[in-house]
Amino acid sequence: MSEHIIQVSDVSKSYGGVVANKDISLSVRKGGITGLIGPNGSGKTTLFNSIVGYHPIDDGSIKFEDKEISRLPVPEIARLGLLRTFQQTRIFSAMNCVENMLISLPHRKMTIMQMLAQNSKADHDRAAQLLDFVGLYEKRLLRSGSLSFGQQKLLEFAMALMNEPTVLLLDEPTAGINPTLINGLIDRLKRANSEFGITLFIIEHNMRVIMNMADTIYCLAHGEMLASGAPEDVQNDQRVIDAYLGAH
Amino acid sequence: MTGTGNKIVSYITLALFIILAPLLFPDYRTSLAALWLLIIVALTWDMTGGQMGYNSLGNIFFYGTGMYVAAVVGISLAYDVADYTNAAGGGIYKFTDAQYFTGMLVGSLAAGLFCAVSALILGWLLFGLRGPYFAIGTLGVAIAAGELVSNWDWVGGGQGIALPVYPYDLDQGKLFFYYLFAGLGVAVFAFCAWLYNTRFGAAINAIRDDEEKAEAMGIHTLRYKLIAWSMAAFFVGVAGAFSAFQLIHFEPLETAYQTINLGIFMVVCVLLGGKGTLWGPVIGAIMFHVFKEVTWTYFLGWQWVALGALIVVTVVYFQDGLMGWLKTRRPEWFGIRVEQKAAIAEAAE
Repeated sequence: MSEHIIQVSDVSKSYGGVVANKDISLSVRKGGITGLIGPNGSGKTTLFNSIVGYHPIDDGSIKFEDKEISRLPVPEIARLGLLRTFQQTRIFSAMNCVENMLISLPHRKMTIMQMLAQNSKADHDRAAQLLDFVGLYEKRLLRSGSLSFGQQKLLEFAMALMNEPTVLLLDEPTAGINPTLINGLIDRLKRANSEFGITLFIIEHNMRVIMNMADTIYCLAHGEMLASGAPEDVQNDQRVIDAYLGAH
Repeated sequence: MTGTGNKIVSYITLALFIILAPLLFPDYRTSLAALWLLIIVALTWDMTGGQMGYNSLGNIFFYGTGMYVAAVVGISLAYDVADYTNAAGGGIYKFTDAQYFTGMLVGSLAAGLFCAVSALILGWLLFGLRGPYFAIGTLGVAIAAGELVSNWDWVGGGQGIALPVYPYDLDQGKLFFYYLFAGLGVAVFAFCAWLYNTRFGAAINAIRDDEEKAEAMGIHTLRYKLIAWSMAAFFVGVAGAFSAFQLIHFEPLETAYQTINLGIFMVVCVLLGGKGTLWGPVIGAIMFHVFKEVTWTYFLGWQWVALGALIVVTVVYFQDGLMGWLKTRRPEWFGIRVEQKAAIAEAAE
């Protein structure tokens, strides 16, 4: 019904006395790229964790495809097709890249009989194709733990694509990636959005990156929503500039 | 092509050796059957311990339970169990050949199924525990089961149960039990080889490496943990059933729920050979069995000290076992390499 696939309304979350999110409301447009920015400690990752069910929220409502998900546990939310990557990259470091890709097949769509089958040629082809897409094809038989941090991030991104999510929440996808690779990554994120039709919701510190990609941007500061709107509006908002320069 | 050819030749050689070994070394039939038991419990322990990262110290529960279920079911086909196990009864119970073998067959299947279902229930309760807590939790289950059974008169209490003796020549019986264990061992090995190559195998590896990430990817973690442990429990239960008929008499604490013997040996075998590998548990079981036979024969009195020293040395210096050590020394043997794109494209054509 709604063009907004994720709707967060008045969500609050505190850790003891620290208010990490206070009355946050935002919505993520289906098929779009939405950005979430804010200084360190402004509550971005807390909000992500709330959405994917990592911890219970104190107050408010979170809807995915018009279904209330704020009380569901992590695996159930993931099985709805709402996936996230981690700020501290998490891959299966003892496995090689291909194995990492194959384990990322959308198991939520499989029956136990399908689980007890071997991966098909099509699965292997898709893994190879996506590894090529992120530029890791040559290293696909190496232990993924031996890759550089930036390459591990790319691998995690490819794994997320392999999982065929409806919405992908990316926590700082360009952090720790070589500046020359960033342009390539922006291009790949945009293509994932346009070619695979995956809605993206991205936390990003790099202003140039997020301004280039997102159609809507939300800015948090001190756990509260500071500003929202089109990239150029947010970029020129005096409150956002102050928050980043520390005046807030 | 030559690769697969070599493989087939080596598997045939191995199969011939397995079949001929008890005929070539008749004095070692029982010892070889014991080796197969070690291989079975090591392989099944590794299904959860090595492949899924859940180190159970309680798999011996399924061995003991398998013994009891097989004995009770086997007896009940011919006689009333309470009369049979009544220590004060003094009755004499004869089994015909048909009763003996049907009892063993039905009892073994029942043992496997009962243990598989027990694993589902126990897993439901215990899989919330992680790391050492899971190990201690499962150990507690095995110890408690031993104590409960030894106070349960219907199954013979602390006396245990005496089963009928193999109906034909006893030497032939040794051969019979060797082939039973060998058959089960080969079946378990083949099952593992197949399972670890399926998507299910990959999913339990993912649980081992990062369970939180696996959950975040939408993998049905609890479901797969239950299924994996249940499969392992089935085979251990059947092995326990075979042991019950092979040993003729067993009792709860030292034979069935023998936590400090077989319950620990299976873990040591896997650690020696290498956790999370297909061949590791098999090689580890052979190494351990030889070590155990030698020390128990030539260093009697010091055998437990030697065993303790072996465990300490393994845990401190060779945590990844023989296979893990080879994998770091010779990664190319395990297919770990940088592959060039052009070479792949050519190979594909």
